[in-house]
Amino acid sequence: MNMMTGVSPWERLIRPDRVHGSLYTDPEIFEAELKHIWYRTWVYVGHESEVPNANDYVVKSIGPQSVIMTRDEQGKVNLLLNRCSHRGNQVCSFERGNARSFTCPFHSWTFANDGRLVGYAFPDGYEGQDKAQLALGRVTRVESYRGFVFGSFAADGPTLKEHLGGAAETIDRLVRTSPEGEVEITAGFLKHRVKANWKFILENECDGYHPAFVHTSIFGVADSMIGKLYGGASTALTRDYGNGHTEIDLRPEFRKRDAPMSWFGTSEERLPDYTARMKMAYGDTAAREIMIDGTPHVMIFPNLFIAEIQMFVIQPLGVDDSVQHVTALQFKGAPDLNRRLRQQTMGSVGPAGFLLADDSEMYERCHRGVLARNPEWIFLGRGEKRERRDELGFTVGHVTDEVPSRGIWTHYRKLMEPV
Amino acid sequence: MLSRESSATLMSAITAFLYREARLQDEHQYEAWEKLWTDDGVYWVPANGADIDPERQMSIIYDNRSRIALRVRQLMTGKHFTQTPQSNLRRLISNIELMDEQPDNGDIAVASNSLIFESSLRDDTLWAARNEYRLRHVDGELRMAHKKVILVNNDKAIYTLSFLV
Repeated sequence: MNMMTGVSPWERLIRPDRVHGSLYTDPEIFEAELKHIWYRTWVYVGHESEVPNANDYVVKSIGPQSVIMTRDEQGKVNLLLNRCSHRGNQVCSFERGNARSFTCPFHSWTFANDGRLVGYAFPDGYEGQDKAQLALGRVTRVESYRGFVFGSFAADGPTLKEHLGGAAETIDRLVRTSPEGEVEITAGFLKHRVKANWKFILENECDGYHPAFVHTSIFGVADSMIGKLYGGASTALTRDYGNGHTEIDLRPEFRKRDAPMSWFGTSEERLPDYTARMKMAYGDTAAREIMIDGTPHVMIFPNLFIAEIQMFVIQPLGVDDSVQHVTALQFKGAPDLNRRLRQQTMGSVGPAGFLLADDSEMYERCHRGVLARNPEWIFLGRGEKRERRDELGFTVGHVTDEVPSRGIWTHYRKLMEPV
Repeated sequence: MLSRESSATLMSAITAFLYREARLQDEHQYEAWEKLWTDDGVYWVPANGADIDPERQMSIIYDNRSRIALRVRQLMTGKHFTQTPQSNLRRLISNIELMDEQPDNGDIAVASNSLIFESSLRDDTLWAARNEYRLRHVDGELRMAHKKVILVNNDKAIYTLSFLV
């Protein structure tokens, strides 16, 4: 709080239609974000299907911190910090595996995969020590929604369901693409590093203004149906769900096409096995609706982006250093669909992807661009005069409008303001 | 087995082919590079190790012949911003070995190492890889039927890789 004026620095930096360039480049602001966002709110960590069996583990992250997601012998999913409680050494050096325990290589302290300290070398030196006080650190709260596991370092605060709010429905929609109602994350991750602030990535995910320009090279040569979705005449919407969650709702365009699987550039005829399983699972009418509407395009604040056919996890490492972890979404009981999802994902995203190589180029150029401080502001006013409320009360705008960015910054300011 | 003379001749033709491919890549001669492929060519840059199953797991690039053509066409538009302006590139190809002179299908298995220096708008980046090829004689000329590029750091987060590797 600025004692002289009564105006908080965040109010000064974040205006209704513009934000200050320093928000992307100031190292002190990045440190404040770690504290107020990444180490406090619900952050997506991993998916239950990545640790299907007892004692499976996979190494994930919350910001720069390494987090081990384990499934213990009781079947419970734990989020443990990869840091020995003795002298801080990392207890796990492999990306995934199956282990009942983790033994620190430094002094051989051994931890069960639920975090308990179960033994240390030469224990007579620790006479009277309570092992329970020396467990691995853990993410304070762990909750999952339809298999998506989130963690929060805050002991108190909104539940995951409260945090997801209206955006939970997009995950409901997503899992219905599977005839068994489940997403599986089984195809491995591409890890794409960019020399840019994480919020350039966050804001771009539901920016419907850029595709016609940034992706013109691939739309021009690939007979892609995507381009039209983001044109001036598109009936698709941008939506702000609150709590920083944003969406590009392409359903109005897909419903106009009225052709099942058109959202994925294919047809029922080309996916006969999938189509039959969907009709069996949901009945002809509901299956047809699901297969017309397609999967969501939603950015769950601050780091989970579901992009119709793939999933990105945004990881900030430094003020100008970020990683996009990306994999094809896989739907349980849909092998023919899954194969195509993997092929399309590999073509479009990752370090050599037809789409993401250009997006990432924009992130890096924006980051270098905002180091220039005149004008000081990023202007986010597109569509401000024409945004409206949908039937559920969420703010929506034209697909090319900056409703999502404004929603993200409104929530960001709430998190960063001193309580 | 090939005679010593014919083996030396083959090795020299393979070396010339690999150097030529390297130069075409470094100098962004996309169409000439595309002509080095056979009609069934596969261009593969795995992620997370050398031995993943590309039909099940994500790769950085896993292009069949038509996707190789699409990649080249995107580069040719001049609006693929990650390569506009183009990276400045020079690569060294070394440790060329004939791995199998006469496999059953007639393709020649060849391997090499490469070290690539890329200078782009972002920064200077050093890339290192093991390259594994299957080469084939088509109308008297060597062609690539399969190229696998195993980046040394393919298990880590890597920067955009939008030039021809």
